[in-house]
Amino acid sequence: MEILQLLIIGVSQGCVYGLIALGFVLIYKATEMVNFAQGDMMMLGAFIAFSLIEAFDWLFAFVPVLSALPGASFAFAFLGTLLVMAAFGVLLERGVLRPMIGEPPFAVLMLTIGLGFVLRAVAGAIWGNQPRALDSPFAGGTFDIGGLIIGYENVAIVAGTALLCGALYLFFRFTRIGIAMQAASQNQLAAFYVGIPVKRVFALVWAISAAIAAAAGILVAPVNLIDPLMGFIGIKAFAAAIVGGFGSLPGAIVGGLLIGIAEPFVALHLPPGLSEVSAFVILLAMLVVRPQGIFPSLQQKKV
Amino acid sequence: MRFVLKTNYAQDVNLFLHNGQRFWYGLLALAVLLAPLGLDRFYLGEFAYLYIWAIAGVGLMLLVGYTGLVSLGHAAFLAIGAYAHAWLLTQGVPFVLSVPLATAFCAVIGYLVGLPALRMTGIYLAIATLAFERIAAWVIEHWESVTGGHFGMRVPDPMVFGMSLDGPVPFYYLCLGILSLSLFAALNLLRSPTGRAFIAVRDSEVSAESMGINLARTKCTAFAISAAFTGLAGTLFSHRIGYLAPDAFTVQTSIQLLLMVVVGGLGSLQGVVYGAIFLGLLPQAIAIGRDVLPQWIGEIPGLEPGIFGAILVLFLIFEPLGIHGRWIKVRLWFDQFPLYRRATYKRQRSYLRTERVR
Amino acid sequence: MSLFEAHDLSVSFGGIKAVRDVSFTIEPGEVFSIIGPNGAGKTTIFNLVSRFYETDSGSMAFDGVDITGVPPHRIAEMGIARTFQNTELFEHETVLTNLLIAHHVHRRTSLVTDLLFLPGARRQELDFRRRVEDVIDLLDLQSYREQPIGGLPYGARKMVEIARALCLEPKLLLLDEPSSGLNPEETEDLSFWIEDIVEDLGITVAMVEHDMNLVATVSDRVMAMADGAELATGNPTEIQNHPDVLRAYLGD
Repeated sequence: MEILQLLIIGVSQGCVYGLIALGFVLIYKATEMVNFAQGDMMMLGAFIAFSLIEAFDWLFAFVPVLSALPGASFAFAFLGTLLVMAAFGVLLERGVLRPMIGEPPFAVLMLTIGLGFVLRAVAGAIWGNQPRALDSPFAGGTFDIGGLIIGYENVAIVAGTALLCGALYLFFRFTRIGIAMQAASQNQLAAFYVGIPVKRVFALVWAISAAIAAAAGILVAPVNLIDPLMGFIGIKAFAAAIVGGFGSLPGAIVGGLLIGIAEPFVALHLPPGLSEVSAFVILLAMLVVRPQGIFPSLQQKKV
Repeated sequence: MRFVLKTNYAQDVNLFLHNGQRFWYGLLALAVLLAPLGLDRFYLGEFAYLYIWAIAGVGLMLLVGYTGLVSLGHAAFLAIGAYAHAWLLTQGVPFVLSVPLATAFCAVIGYLVGLPALRMTGIYLAIATLAFERIAAWVIEHWESVTGGHFGMRVPDPMVFGMSLDGPVPFYYLCLGILSLSLFAALNLLRSPTGRAFIAVRDSEVSAESMGINLARTKCTAFAISAAFTGLAGTLFSHRIGYLAPDAFTVQTSIQLLLMVVVGGLGSLQGVVYGAIFLGLLPQAIAIGRDVLPQWIGEIPGLEPGIFGAILVLFLIFEPLGIHGRWIKVRLWFDQFPLYRRATYKRQRSYLRTERVR
Repeated sequence: MSLFEAHDLSVSFGGIKAVRDVSFTIEPGEVFSIIGPNGAGKTTIFNLVSRFYETDSGSMAFDGVDITGVPPHRIAEMGIARTFQNTELFEHETVLTNLLIAHHVHRRTSLVTDLLFLPGARRQELDFRRRVEDVIDLLDLQSYREQPIGGLPYGARKMVEIARALCLEPKLLLLDEPSSGLNPEETEDLSFWIEDIVEDLGITVAMVEHDMNLVATVSDRVMAMADGAELATGNPTEIQNHPDVLRAYLGD
């Protein structure tokens, strides 16, 4: 029973890592850029949702039909946040990252690290430093299944992740633009030659990644409070992406789950504080034993 | 514009190419040597701090700028150097022995970190070093018998042959001396086979291998040397802050170190010094800005790292060669006036320089 | 005794046999060329020799020593130097530094002597510098000496790469398509230089090449390949008129 309980906590935390890792991998696959600010984009998404919920709450007070509906402002804010963050992703790509196309990966890495600091300062300037709670319909309630306590928020995270992954799968598999994105990620020049607007594809990838990050932020908000430093879990998500095999979408989720599940078990059975670094221990072990990750996707350079 | 007539091969080997360089660097040496005469305690302390950053920067520059290996975890070496040194001092090891011992210890740790790093490139390495830094921080926090854990440990005064170096003037000269030695050693390295092997690994691993360079050994050596310099800076850093606690060394410290070498200009030792000056001046500038600007701006949490981040972004977009690169361009502009071509340093962009093959 | 011997070399990548059972020898002092249509496995053979690829089966011996399991950096120390099809130079450095890096195999100093730049290290640097100049003289690279590779024209890069390989002072020089991207004049110069390298420096040359004129001018022996297998080996005229070779190039 205890094991199951820990597993549930682990899986839901792992889904959050997985979602952020998904954002990393999407951007990396398509543009070969590494976005270290993915965690901070999650933070920004959570804050925007926070403000939008307040705004919708105020607005819906004038509309009796909507104010009677529980969670209406949350639902609108959720969608609104995804849109705002997608737009933000496009702007970021246009303004900051497009000049970096063709620069060495290290420069882009440094750039996004710097970007993360900027986002944190901006969030601090707008929303202040105190942790805030998101008014989510998933907060607080629990299912009790034969003594097994499952929080609504955990169910929401897992279900949300599954839905997002399903949607992404369908998008990449069946839509024209999704297939164009796959083509661009395999060979940009060739994609360019067959008429795929590669630059627009890049912008779209950033939009999707930013939206995924925002979704992760909203889903995790009932579990952790929102504050400008919450993006630091992005580092663990990064570890998850590499454990899964950088460049593999399912790998990102699996890596996230692996690290998420490990943490509560380590916290319970091993010396205190070790769970904070368990993600990194797993990462280092993985890099030594199987550097290509669980689902390898990259090969060596050709001479 | 100066034309250098080379008449023997030694001119390509010597540190200074011509007398002009000798003159200007001599003047600089004189200025920093005489600085304690004209500066008060506060500024001497700041200069010493700047020298410490520069020593750590030399280490990181050799790794990032010359070997092309990115480390997001160099704060760990700074911390290990500082703690090892402080611990040795509390065990009664004299200062003159403790510094080299702590440095050597860092070199060994660096070599060990380099071992798994062999199989990684670019981003993998960056994240692995970050993981190493987090784990090292955890060990420091929890190994209470040696590090004092959360409470930290006091660093004994630096004593050399019964003489305390704790005052601002002796400490200034100590840092200056060690920085000069570090720069000299790094320059020597770069004009000899070891340093050229680093450069070869940075620019093309296949080519380096076909030139007989042992990739594994070269990368590990680079890590060891880099860790040693940064650890050496750590020993001085411990005296500078006087009391070691885990929160003195964070991911942000690592990133500040990286910021220093990027803003200074990757691939040049001058860049390290420019970067250190920049890093030393920026907090002062921000402090002044806080006084001048409206209060709410000064109260933004994370303002200082935010400004660091913004500057980093701007540099990477507009001047990826850093301050040193800008200086070279300005100098060339004066040299060639009025014939300077704007396109001289125009970046050759490939559509995508890919590292992967499918 | 042959300088280099390969026996039944095979390698495959994901089910595709890139090289199958290829055997050849390279005699001291000759120019040995490998020709064949694209995808015949010529460059793969060079990559096997310089040990970038692991052989699936077969063996190689250089100077009588088996090198099938030797790590890549040891190959250079043993005296095999190579160039690359699409030039792999150290882009951010000057021609001079590129050539100096090649002297790595001759280093006698250790890390400590380098750090302190003891007199031994200085003497070694001066010695390397002088030897680099000999190669610069040989290949007429004086005007490029201080220039960064990034700004050099393609033809010059090709020559710098050959110069860099020569700085290793090898016994065997592998040239991977040395004439690709050169204009006819430069290609003609190249043929003289190859002759100089063989005759004046006493270095044995093996090359992969498409330009049949160049191959016919400088080669002593030619091996023709197709689809990873050897078709025929012999002197240039024999190979040019060999029915299998004609079929491989022109189709039936």
